[in-house]
Amino acid sequence: MASSIASPKKLRRVFVWELPVRIYHWLNALAIVALIATGYLIGNPPALLSASEASERFFFGWIKFIHFAAAYIFFFNFIFRIYWSFAGNKYAHWRNFLPISKQFFKDMWAVIRIDILLKKDTEHVAVGHNALAGFFYFLTFLAFILQSITGFALYANMSDWWFADLFSRAGWLFWNEEFAMRNWHHATMWFFIIFAMVHIYLVFYHDYVEGRGEISSMGGGWKFMEEEFFEKKEEKETKAK
Amino acid sequence: MAITPSRRPTYYEELKAKGYSRRDFMKFCAMMGAYLGLEASGIAQVANALETTPRIPVIWLHFQECTCCSESFIRSSHPIVADILLDKISLDYTETLMAASGHRAEAAMHKTMQDYNGEYILCVEGSVPTADDGVYCCIGGRTAEQVLEETAAGAKAIIAWGSCACNGCVQAAKPNPTSATPVHKLVKGKPIVKVPGCPPIGEVMAGVIVHILSFGRLPALDRIGRPKAFYSKRVHDTCYRRPFYDAGLFVESFDDANAKKGYCLYKVGCKGPMTYNACGVTKWNNGTSFPIQSGHGCFGCSEENFWDNGPLYRQMANFPGFGIESNADTIGMVAAGVTAAGIAAHAIATNFRKAKVIDEHIEEGKEAEKEL
Ligand code: SF4
Repeated sequence: MASSIASPKKLRRVFVWELPVRIYHWLNALAIVALIATGYLIGNPPALLSASEASERFFFGWIKFIHFAAAYIFFFNFIFRIYWSFAGNKYAHWRNFLPISKQFFKDMWAVIRIDILLKKDTEHVAVGHNALAGFFYFLTFLAFILQSITGFALYANMSDWWFADLFSRAGWLFWNEEFAMRNWHHATMWFFIIFAMVHIYLVFYHDYVEGRGEISSMGGGWKFMEEEFFEKKEEKETKAK
Repeated sequence: MAITPSRRPTYYEELKAKGYSRRDFMKFCAMMGAYLGLEASGIAQVANALETTPRIPVIWLHFQECTCCSESFIRSSHPIVADILLDKISLDYTETLMAASGHRAEAAMHKTMQDYNGEYILCVEGSVPTADDGVYCCIGGRTAEQVLEETAAGAKAIIAWGSCACNGCVQAAKPNPTSATPVHKLVKGKPIVKVPGCPPIGEVMAGVIVHILSFGRLPALDRIGRPKAFYSKRVHDTCYRRPFYDAGLFVESFDDANAKKGYCLYKVGCKGPMTYNACGVTKWNNGTSFPIQSGHGCFGCSEENFWDNGPLYRQMANFPGFGIESNADTIGMVAAGVTAAGIAAHAIATNFRKAKVIDEHIEEGKEAEKEL
């Protein structure tokens, strides 16, 4: 049993995820689920038994249509998020994702110690993204870019729109081998699957261990921070002065 | 070989001399115009060019290849193609089809190179081995690389026939023991048309030549140097089995009922969705058939390095570095399994290592709950 009989801690409500961030998150999640499901099927079509004529069915055509439609949503949603990383609040800011300072690496190490290696000694408090998560989101952004480029390049030939055609030059990245481009597009899908598994687990982990409303934060935007946390921060600031 | 008459006859004159009627000639022009995707007025332009321009000398080199390109070319559906371009009147040098041999043949080639410096068209069939000083392909005592360098120097343009000349094809597949090298990597500063395929379609080859003759310049090329007229469409988009693909009806194995019904060959490895060629439109052997029509998936033979991109009879490639039979999905599933195991282990460990914090929170929460 816990040793502390301390009175319940007071928590303050912090508005972390603004509405555009939440919309982005869920659109992104939906698009990615749709892309993975349809993408997997495009690579491994099911063996369907049917007595109907081909002209009566458009099953695979729909699968591909959903894939392309989701791809457009995914892409423009991502572009919007890049914009919001300049326009949004400090938790949405691009600095949360790029490991460009010493502090960032220190914070990452702290998260690794506390949350991955489960060390007991210290606590690391992050209100928005913790540094390690931020860095991993940065990696996913790279995967977003790779998937967008390869995907639209593969799709370019099916589209009359100049937009898709912009990507058709990406072929040289893969020695002009469209086969190779397609295989990498497919293989990168697994990065998203594994990312999603770890991401969802860690959200539960944080909520379970820290009790600050990690899971619901992507719904209402709120996280709940202990009063002490604010006090400590004030103390620090006054000391610094 | 009589190769340099004082006034070179035009193509039309040559054809008349061979007994073709005006009607045959116009049919040929119309056919070529159609293959090239010209509008009706373009056909007159083709006819006019063939009537007035003297033939362009052609040197056709053979390096590391199987001669399937030449074979395909001489099966081009219209007899004029063979006559106009393959008869001795037009091909000044080609190992496979010329009458001369040995020193006489080499002399003929050099004469063409001298007399038509800067005018002749150089056709290259086959790749050039560069390993071990090029010993793997020597003609008349010189290596392929030397021959190519010499002949390319005075060429007006170069046509790289077939996948060998365009990307090295099978001999350039890993590990490429002879360092088979495509033409564009060895020759710089000359216009090069790539006509890939193993082999390319005869009509496509004829079309490329006719275009150069008629318009005096290379056809419009795509970003990797293939003529757009023939290589801008995916086989998949011109495939007559496409309705089965869209319906999700696939051949599962070559001996099943679906194969008999002519379903889509995607699951038995058809690479049509990644392949740009005219097979679905122009077809082969006088428009008789093409691989997919005969029940075999497309290999993607006109795509860069198709030999290194996975098994011919499966859709997904082997994943590099993980050995045979392991494609991206097998690796992915293993990785996902390992991740799931890691997550489970971490979740269990969390309950031990973080028990104190968690219990504190629960206690706290219970206290609060009592107050309500
Ligand atoms: S057979 Fe090949 S090219 Fe034809 S529809 Fe199927 S996958 Fe596409």
